[in-house]
Amino acid sequence: MTTRTSSAFGRPASIAGAVALAALMFAMPLIAPRAVVQDLFSILTLLVLAMNWNLLAGFAGLVSVGQQAFVGIGAYAMFAAIILWGLDPLVGALIGGLVAVLFAIPMAFFAFRLQGAYFAIGTWVVADMVRLAAGQWKALGGGTGTSLPKGTTRDMIGVPLVKSVLGVSSAAAADTVVYWLALGLAILTLAASFYFLRSRMGLGLQALRDNANAARSVGVDPRRIKAIVFLLTAFGTGLCGALIFIQITRVTPDAAFSVIDWTAFVIFIVVIGGIGTLPGPIVGVAIFYLLQRLLADYGTVYLILLGLIGIGIMLFARGGIWGAISDRTGIELLPLRHRPPSHQPVVVEQEAARPAG
Amino acid sequence: MTRAAPIIEIARLTAHYGDFQALFGVDMRLGVGETIAIIGANGAGKTTLMRTIAGIVSASSGTIQLDGRPITALSAPEIVMAGVAMVPEGRKLFPSLSVEENLLIGAYARKAAGDWTLDAVYGLFPILRERRNSPGTALSGGQQQMVAIGRALMSNPRVLLCDEISLGLAPVVIRDIYAAVPKIKASGTSIVVVEQDVGQALQIADRVYCMMEGRVTLEGSPADLSRAAIHDAYFGVSA
Amino acid sequence: MIWLDTLLQGVLLGGLYALFAAGLSLVFGVMRLVNLAHGDLIILAAYLILGVAAVLGVTPVVALLIAAPVMFVVGWLLQMQVFNRVLGDDILPPLLVTFGLSVVIQNALLEGFTANSQKLSLGPIETQSLHLGSVTVGVIPMMTLASAVAVIFLLNQLFYRTSLGRAFRATSDDVVTAQLMGIRPRRIFAMATGIAMVVATLAAFYLGARANFDPSIGPARLLYAFEAVIIGGLGSLWGTLAGGLVIGVAQAFGAAVNPEWQILSGHIAFVIVLLLKPRGFFPRATD
Repeated sequence: MTTRTSSAFGRPASIAGAVALAALMFAMPLIAPRAVVQDLFSILTLLVLAMNWNLLAGFAGLVSVGQQAFVGIGAYAMFAAIILWGLDPLVGALIGGLVAVLFAIPMAFFAFRLQGAYFAIGTWVVADMVRLAAGQWKALGGGTGTSLPKGTTRDMIGVPLVKSVLGVSSAAAADTVVYWLALGLAILTLAASFYFLRSRMGLGLQALRDNANAARSVGVDPRRIKAIVFLLTAFGTGLCGALIFIQITRVTPDAAFSVIDWTAFVIFIVVIGGIGTLPGPIVGVAIFYLLQRLLADYGTVYLILLGLIGIGIMLFARGGIWGAISDRTGIELLPLRHRPPSHQPVVVEQEAARPAG
Repeated sequence: MTRAAPIIEIARLTAHYGDFQALFGVDMRLGVGETIAIIGANGAGKTTLMRTIAGIVSASSGTIQLDGRPITALSAPEIVMAGVAMVPEGRKLFPSLSVEENLLIGAYARKAAGDWTLDAVYGLFPILRERRNSPGTALSGGQQQMVAIGRALMSNPRVLLCDEISLGLAPVVIRDIYAAVPKIKASGTSIVVVEQDVGQALQIADRVYCMMEGRVTLEGSPADLSRAAIHDAYFGVSA
Repeated sequence: MIWLDTLLQGVLLGGLYALFAAGLSLVFGVMRLVNLAHGDLIILAAYLILGVAAVLGVTPVVALLIAAPVMFVVGWLLQMQVFNRVLGDDILPPLLVTFGLSVVIQNALLEGFTANSQKLSLGPIETQSLHLGSVTVGVIPMMTLASAVAVIFLLNQLFYRTSLGRAFRATSDDVVTAQLMGIRPRRIFAMATGIAMVVATLAAFYLGARANFDPSIGPARLLYAFEAVIIGGLGSLWGTLAGGLVIGVAQAFGAAVNPEWQILSGHIAFVIVLLLKPRGFFPRATD
């Protein structure tokens, strides 16, 4: 391992750049057409999901294939809050996040009994169970789902204000509000991940990832930290799911609990961008979006390509695109003073193989 | 007798574990039918040397020749097929296999028939015949060691590498294990024994190599080596 | 007795799930590889049988016999060229590679064969059934269960009675020491995946003969198969059969109450079993 300069940019310069970028992103609804804002909204929500999954799998080693459970639960809880209890969608979204955490508690009791690959399958099965159960919720349309009542987003908190200040239609104002919320959630998730990973607990988590025994011997309780990460990411994922479905305005079990849309894409985004790094999901979501746009006319070809790139990354550049950039240039944005583990294939004639028994 | 034609010839061998260099230019030779012992303290590089010969650790530089043919770049399975079998440190029986299956798996890559068959191994270690259907890991340490040696013999090797076969065993058990060495030798197999117990090593070996910090510090026949010379080679020259 | 009939239907369905799961169980047992593309590979095999039958004008049974060795080669190559490179202590790379493969296969089939449902046509035997006292069972479901039992039995014979089986177990125990026996782990793994693909082809045959299939149904089949493997216990082939039967019976009873509850009941059975026995029915002692 070579030692690297901690950042190629000066610290103040990178902070200034980040603030300028955030300001530009904030101003998008004022300067860009509505279609662009809607696109950016979906990119930002995918980014939030990706950052959550990265935290879970890349840092806590919890390879979940069941995150769509939280997206769907967030969406369904929000719809219930609006339709059954007459609450504001944004309050509903918050409830969505909280219900996701409430569900994550018993789910963790089950899933944490399973190791590694069992955990992946177990979370997937649980998510499928919630999907099937949601299909039984007749008040929200059962298997065919339901739509938000007309005009729901028009009266949403903040929408009338934005409408009068910017002088746009209610629909555009609603897009703007959810866009800003998604932007805020993305920045918050990134900042929270950064500070969490640099906290005592976060450093313990990374120590754990690199060497479970060493971490245990310095007093890191793996189960507790992993459980905390599981619950936190359930909240972020549930909240994000609710936001996504405010924009979509219609929920069905298959759409809300889609393993492809909310987990498979997200996994590829993280892997291609660089798993176990903070900038990875950002790079990954940009590549994902480009692929989707460039190949929009070729049906599912972009999915095939996405799968192939994901496989290629795992075979030849485990650190993903960000890892490769950072290795070649020495640039380290959002440094955690820690590197993702370098992996070795085991079938080579080395000692890295499984111990006997 | 030390000038017998070599079956194994090692020249300027170096090896690393990651960044850590474990062998620094080791030269060694093993004559046909000869038994040599490698002695040295923990961390002297004995086990690394064995693992490098067996192909589990790859050499960084230098050569290992088997019967004049370089085997340095071969993989572990290829080296077994070329005629070098190893009894690994810690015995490493396969827990999912019975005693007999552990022995049979030793013959997995064997091409030609040879002296060592199941019956021959049971003849060498009769207790194993009684325990043939037990799981390998249900045996005592000494019996497990017998299985590990028998398993290596089942490939009919020309060279047998024995890594710390007395480790953790009671003296009486060690005696039983080492009683097999002359019989193995009699079958024409050349033997390399890594041993921490110097007395044991001097007893069975035709020649002894002493290693320290990844280098050979002393070489000779047991009769030629004085206790003082071994002590110096083992622990470094005392000032 | 209606519940006896339901039980029987569940057992027969479980036979199909066990067949889905047998190859997965073998690969899982030998190299701890979680192949998330297994379901899609089964669907791929179903399309292969369909294609061979159509192109050569042969019956699906003959097409199965042609497709099986082809799928063996597919499995061998996948293992040698892809999976072997990502096996290791870290479970993430193999999971992600097989997940990627799943998406690739699924969408490639979609591009090549559209989303239309297909079926393997076996002729009159499809509708034939046997009357056993008060219950009636279809001939094909019976054949499926019989094939599942036969496959599990043969795989067990292979595992515990042959030199290759010993090599499977030894490599599974300890990759490094296995190499000291002259075993080449990469080839052993490739052999296991090749055999698993042959079993997957048989599973595909029954899948296609019993019901419609389309490119998207792989992941659901993977889930049922994995449920069977996990509750059966890692590395236990008979456990996998038992696991398949549990899932099948649970689904059948769920469906008997309300057709919408079929899949959910299977999942609930999976969760309950794992809560009671986290390592499944027959965990291997040495894992």
